[in-house]
Amino acid sequence: MSDLRLEEINSIHFDVLKEIANIGAGNATTALSKLLDAKVDMHVPNIEFMEFKDLAEAIGGAENVVVGILLTLDTGIDGMMMFILESDSAEKIVNSLMGRTCGSLDEFSEMDLSALQEIGNIIAGSYLSAISTFTNMTITSSVPYLSIDMAGAILSVPAIEFGKISDKALMIESEFGDKDTIINGYFILIPTLEAFELIFSSLGLM
Amino acid sequence: MGTVIKVGMADLNVCKAPDALTTLGLGSCVGICLWDSVAKIAGMAHVMLPDSTQIRNNDNIAKFADTGIKETLDRVLKLGAQKSRLVAKIAGGAQMFAFGSNNDMLRVGDRNVAASKEMLKKLGIRLVAEDTGLNFGRTIVFYPENGNLVITAVGKPSKTI
Repeated sequence: MSDLRLEEINSIHFDVLKEIANIGAGNATTALSKLLDAKVDMHVPNIEFMEFKDLAEAIGGAENVVVGILLTLDTGIDGMMMFILESDSAEKIVNSLMGRTCGSLDEFSEMDLSALQEIGNIIAGSYLSAISTFTNMTITSSVPYLSIDMAGAILSVPAIEFGKISDKALMIESEFGDKDTIINGYFILIPTLEAFELIFSSLGLM
Repeated sequence: MGTVIKVGMADLNVCKAPDALTTLGLGSCVGICLWDSVAKIAGMAHVMLPDSTQIRNNDNIAKFADTGIKETLDRVLKLGAQKSRLVAKIAGGAQMFAFGSNNDMLRVGDRNVAASKEMLKKLGIRLVAEDTGLNFGRTIVFYPENGNLVITAVGKPSKTI
């Protein structure tokens, strides 16, 4: 069992997580820019430990329909990661990738969904490689799983997983895009406590 | 019209008609409603995990099916409900993502539903209706006035059980 308690994570730990988030978002921006063949800007991500009950509110309310892409972490560290896209951002990305102008979330074809899944995979992978670089660990993840539903319902999956260790989750809010297409995404990292410990100790913080 | 009281994730509450109870965006969690049809009193719990004894961090009793349902029962009885008249309706426990078959997380919705039913049985409360499982999120509203549990989901007509 781990001795680390999330309540005891101090400001140095938090700064490290912030830096990882920053680099992850940077990687994600580069990947997105290549994928869409367009200039993509990034804003400094907002990172917070949040109570579960506030998590859904932060993503526009429990009933807000969003796209959730979930990966489980297999080797290196245990846990889950999830990328959440606002539905209009998901539409923008898919439209731009598929080279068309219309098409809303409920009209998405299998092909569109598959593209969306891949985008989630790429973005999640960007964060993952940031953690991996920082800690010198090899981390692999599962294939991405996609779900389009109410934010509360989608968030219940990581919340349950995280709920076993704490009432809070680590949430990274990032904003990508240029003036015309702003893409709002939320990245939620749910490592086990042991994994947190592993990350910090490999950075020499414990 | 009474007020609709919001029950958050890992939360519970009780009310008397004409007020109602709601919980938004239930995924793999389960919403459990207890109802006394004569006193028109209801309680709702939004539980996330099946069993408090399996988890180290178990201070929040509303988070677990076992302790959450027990607490909801105590609270409705305190408000004036009679145990012999109580019935239960449950909803939720969906599987939001199509995981591979040998994944433990796959079963959490099912396990929450099973644990909720087991606890209701243990407490001697009859389960009269349920809308559980499948792969979509649900918003539920319970009206103690008539015992209706109204369930809405994205892209589906609303349903009353």
